Amino acid sequence: MSGEEFVPLSLTPMLIGIFAAVACALPGNFLLLRRQALIGDAISHVVLPGIVVAFLLTGMIAAWPMMLGAAVAAIVAVVLIEAIRRLGRIEPGAAMGVVFTTMFAGGVLLLEQTDTSAVHLDVEHALYGNLESLIWLDATGWASLLDPQALRHLPAELPRMALTLLGVSLFTALFWRALKISTFDEGFARTMGIRTNLLGLGLVITAAVAAVAAFDAVGSIIVIAMFICPPAAARMMTNRLEGQITWSIVFAVLSAVLGYIMAGYGPLWLGGVDAVSAAGMIATVSGVILAVAARFGPCRSRSGAPVGA
Amino acid sequence: MLLDALTLQLGYNATLVAVGAALLGTAAGITGTFLFLRKRALVSDAVSHATLPGVCIAFLLMAFAGGDGRNLAGLLLGSAVTAGIGLWCMNWLTRNTRLAEDAAIGAVLSVFFGFGIVLLTVIQTLGVGRQAGLEGFLLGSTAGMLYSDALVIAAGGALALLVVLLTRRPMTLVAFDPEYAAARGLPVSRIDMLMMGLVMAVTVVGLKIVGLILIVALLIIPAVTARFWSERSDQVVLLAGLFGGAAAYIGAALSASAPNLPTGPIIVLVSFALFALSLLLAPNRGVLAAVLRHQRFQRRVHLRQGLLALAQGQAIYESLTLRLLRRAGLMRADGVATAKGKARAAKALRDERRWDVVRSDMTHEAAAALYDGLRDIETVLTQDQIQDIDRQIGGPSEVPA
Repeated sequence: MSGEEFVPLSLTPMLIGIFAAVACALPGNFLLLRRQALIGDAISHVVLPGIVVAFLLTGMIAAWPMMLGAAVAAIVAVVLIEAIRRLGRIEPGAAMGVVFTTMFAGGVLLLEQTDTSAVHLDVEHALYGNLESLIWLDATGWASLLDPQALRHLPAELPRMALTLLGVSLFTALFWRALKISTFDEGFARTMGIRTNLLGLGLVITAAVAAVAAFDAVGSIIVIAMFICPPAAARMMTNRLEGQITWSIVFAVLSAVLGYIMAGYGPLWLGGVDAVSAAGMIATVSGVILAVAARFGPCRSRSGAPVGA
Repeated sequence: MLLDALTLQLGYNATLVAVGAALLGTAAGITGTFLFLRKRALVSDAVSHATLPGVCIAFLLMAFAGGDGRNLAGLLLGSAVTAGIGLWCMNWLTRNTRLAEDAAIGAVLSVFFGFGIVLLTVIQTLGVGRQAGLEGFLLGSTAGMLYSDALVIAAGGALALLVVLLTRRPMTLVAFDPEYAAARGLPVSRIDMLMMGLVMAVTVVGLKIVGLILIVALLIIPAVTARFWSERSDQVVLLAGLFGGAAAYIGAALSASAPNLPTGPIIVLVSFALFALSLLLAPNRGVLAAVLRHQRFQRRVHLRQGLLALAQGQAIYESLTLRLLRRAGLMRADGVATAKGKARAAKALRDERRWDVVRSDMTHEAAAALYDGLRDIETVLTQDQIQDIDRQIGGPSEVPA
């Protein structure tokens, strides 16, 4: 594969995929350990009404208002889930189910009611994004990476996703100790003066930011898969949080790269003509990695469970 | 127009959809209740997303075999197969690895759905058969529904309903207390499997109407709604069926009455409206009832404390207490107790003294445990016992000057 072909057509989508995968997998590790894994699922559903409302208000498809709308929708959903859980004394899973399905239904209804034929906004796009279209047409080869003229026309998603990844990494690094302690022993964390409620909310908001940014670039299906599968597979590999995070990043990158390559080139190798959905393939690869880890990972069973049981 | 739709006057097709939806909604509401009581509501989300690859595979197989590829029964069969595989994967992950159930749900949901999307694009690029309408399974589409499709849905809904009716007792037992059910000799894991099988059936049947993303709402929301209205499991099951059926029927009718109203989302929004009403208005667990209960409690505490303050001649500054005392005619506007107020205050103080005796006397231990500063002592002790205590306290004595 030559540079002339690879750099403009595959480099940027692949990088965006990797950034999105890692940005979701990082907070996913903590969500998994806190048994809040499905927050990612809920957030990625409620993002739809957020962007539709943002579109209705601004009348255009622009990144920032849509991301703002999505973020607002995510926060509204978190508040609603909490309110329903407390007011109705309903278990959190069911409260989540009520909220995200309703908001998603509202989003679909709004979308059907508005005339979006002129713009590219539909449910399918929201679900599985369009990673393949984020190409960098101005590039001519590897040399373009040093060419400021060409760099100016990079797809806007790339710097945005990189920024998001940076933000998520910063959050994880800055609050590393507090996150670690409060994830494993919330009571102890509180006695040490860590504001666990705020920290938990911060984690959910970070996850929401990652989800919204990734959603904009790659669709919600990758978001859900990357929140859960790489951390879950990493959990089978090690008993240490540091190790788990490292593994999850490796798995996330691996899923993004392999998934993208298999989606783009797999059908060609098999004699087909067109590529298949990269987002779907990345999710599938992450699932395969999880399956292998669940079958052969060194730390796959619960601690204390008999070996081979 | 809406009235026409609700009374099934909107043509043959709309009628079929509405009746089919109502049956499906009832079955989903009832099945979902057991799932909800078992605290596994979101399992249905994994099951429903896992149907997508099955639909695509079935379509491909049927198209390659030279068929239409859009035979609903065939597609539903395919979706049931992968939903079953997804369910099995989820159970395996929860049982054999250290992953919690929520992580297993999320993993199965995203991976199966992702794979389904891949297959969907394969179908689009292969251009085999007539794939139009496969996307309809994502969000449901009732527009081009055939008579045979409606028949499949109605029969499936009715069958699921029948199975639930026959197995409701063991399922209730397992939902509430699996250990006890196991001790009674019930095959808990098999009943769990039946429950999941029913969830699968409802999901598969609902694919065409509500779509696989929103079908989980039909399983969760009616059950949660019904839970507000009753504390008895049999009533919750019935109510959930009723709410589910009503929401699906009204939703289907609404969506038939105007253009651009997709059936699935409308049904979900109607369910949510019922839920929101219940959350606010339900008699015991509702928000309004809780607020009223809290206010009543607050008033009792204030009144009681106000009376005790009156009896001991202390000044009262708290405005709610003052307002309550005046409104009850226990205190004059200038803050002096009325005759009735003096009597009530003396009684309150005496009761407090009686409680002191009760609480310091070990023979009254059971009664003393009921002390909360509000309870009337007459509701706890008999007249004889109270007289006994009064003898210990002695009669009213002159206030020392």
